[in-house]
Amino acid sequence: MQDAATIAATPAAGRAGERLRAVARTAFPFLVVATIWEIVAWSGVFPKRLFPTIEEIATTFWQLTVDGILPHHAFETLIRLLASFALAATAGITIGVLMGRSRRMEELLLPLVSILAPIPGLAYAPLFLLWFGLGNLSALLLVAVVSSFPIIFNTWTGVKAVKEIWLRSAQSMGADDKRMFRHVILPGALPYVLTGLRLGLAQAWRILVAVEMLASVTWGLGWLTFGAREFLNTDVMLAGIATIGMVGLALEKLVFSKIENYTVVRWGMVAE
Amino acid sequence: MSTIATTDTGIAAKPAPSATAARLRSYGRAAISILVAAAVYEATARSGLFAPALLPTIPTILKKLFAMLADGSMWLHAGFTLYRVLLGFGLALTLGIPLGILMARFRRVEDFFLPLVSALMPIPSFSLLPLFLLWFGIGNMTTILIVFYASTFPILFNTWSGVRSVNPLWLRAAGAMGADEHKLFWKVIIPGASPFIITGMRQGFLRSWIAVIGAEMIAASDWGLGWVIFDSKEFLSTDTMLASVMVIGFIGFVFERLVFGVLERATVQRWGMVRAAKG
Repeated sequence: MQDAATIAATPAAGRAGERLRAVARTAFPFLVVATIWEIVAWSGVFPKRLFPTIEEIATTFWQLTVDGILPHHAFETLIRLLASFALAATAGITIGVLMGRSRRMEELLLPLVSILAPIPGLAYAPLFLLWFGLGNLSALLLVAVVSSFPIIFNTWTGVKAVKEIWLRSAQSMGADDKRMFRHVILPGALPYVLTGLRLGLAQAWRILVAVEMLASVTWGLGWLTFGAREFLNTDVMLAGIATIGMVGLALEKLVFSKIENYTVVRWGMVAE
Repeated sequence: MSTIATTDTGIAAKPAPSATAARLRSYGRAAISILVAAAVYEATARSGLFAPALLPTIPTILKKLFAMLADGSMWLHAGFTLYRVLLGFGLALTLGIPLGILMARFRRVEDFFLPLVSALMPIPSFSLLPLFLLWFGIGNMTTILIVFYASTFPILFNTWSGVRSVNPLWLRAAGAMGADEHKLFWKVIIPGASPFIITGMRQGFLRSWIAVIGAEMIAASDWGLGWVIFDSKEFLSTDTMLASVMVIGFIGFVFERLVFGVLERATVQRWGMVRAAKG
């Protein structure tokens, strides 16, 4: 009772304090880990070259950012990611819709897709390198193939999950095929399609780094971290890994929650 | 008109197709589609449009596969890969499940680990590969750790959400019926969370299977399915590559269908947590 009264009396201060506490709670584990890292790095148990201190990593990170090297690498990686993801999305949604709408296509494609999907895409990497050479083309195609499978599966499920009654009522209200597709099937299947896109993007992101290492592209975060190994530049490597983590987090938080809010949540397909 | 009528009655007169017949038919259709794909591939490979070294025919691939199975090298490659993946995955289970449960049960543990987990999760395991290579060198250790890193997060995350989503009514009911902490944990929380935990294990294994192949390409020497695929690039032996890809696909399939399928039937389906899925 008294607590409630105090909080009510100073609502602003209470909320600010609450927020501060939340920030402190989140920051605390990072501080602990950073301290342990620093102690290990300073203790000299491992060679300094292999286990740099956090200041060194931060300095390198800052230096590389100011020089424009890190942004260039990140930019190339993002372009590659988006290009291959666009390819995967186009192919995946098309195949998924075809499989969902046409019985024949489903019978033809489903066995193939089910056989190919569980094979880790990286297993094809050397094959793609032989077929398409080192560099961008192989990387693009490989990432596109790998990330198209979740998109195909989810689109297919989504199109099949559109309620029969919606189709019938749209039909009886005189919707032609085109309108049916645009106004009923597409919005109805969209939550699944978005899940597929999200999974596909996550998969593309996880694999792109490895593909960049294998395909020896000229710029790219994966290549940056892998290339740094040759010169024992552990600080560059860790700065690269940090950037990779940040890009990954930004992709998840900024891109997908936004898309979801603008489409399916607004249409009332899923609860907020 | 009359033809339609007869067909209609014809269909009606036929006994309802049994489940096995339907399943047989769907297998038949799947076989046809795979045969068509194989025929298209074979025709392309034989057409001479591409160098035979780059696009080997199916008999060549199969011959290579059997040769490698016969001389034992494929078994060794698969054995090494399995050893690495199972060890890494096992480590991930021993860390991920207990930590997930602790995070879900104790607020303090959650407050400490959740921010760390959220920060580490978006870092793809492969980006740590060069770092681990420097730290631990080429070989088993690096590969196992990459597998471990790749599979820990799905297991941890799913266990955490599974334990949190155990119906509080069940907890109260069990408590009211006099269950102590120990019983509550083993008889209510673990079975209640098990569908999530098994999903986490599935996702974790899928990721470790991808991780082991990629890590072996970069960080293994002499043995391993990923290594043999990458190594055969040097010799243009696409037949070895494709034979190994087949083995990789087969092992992945066996784990997904048999191991996790059986696990699911033995636990959550028997406990009635999820309904049996068809197929």
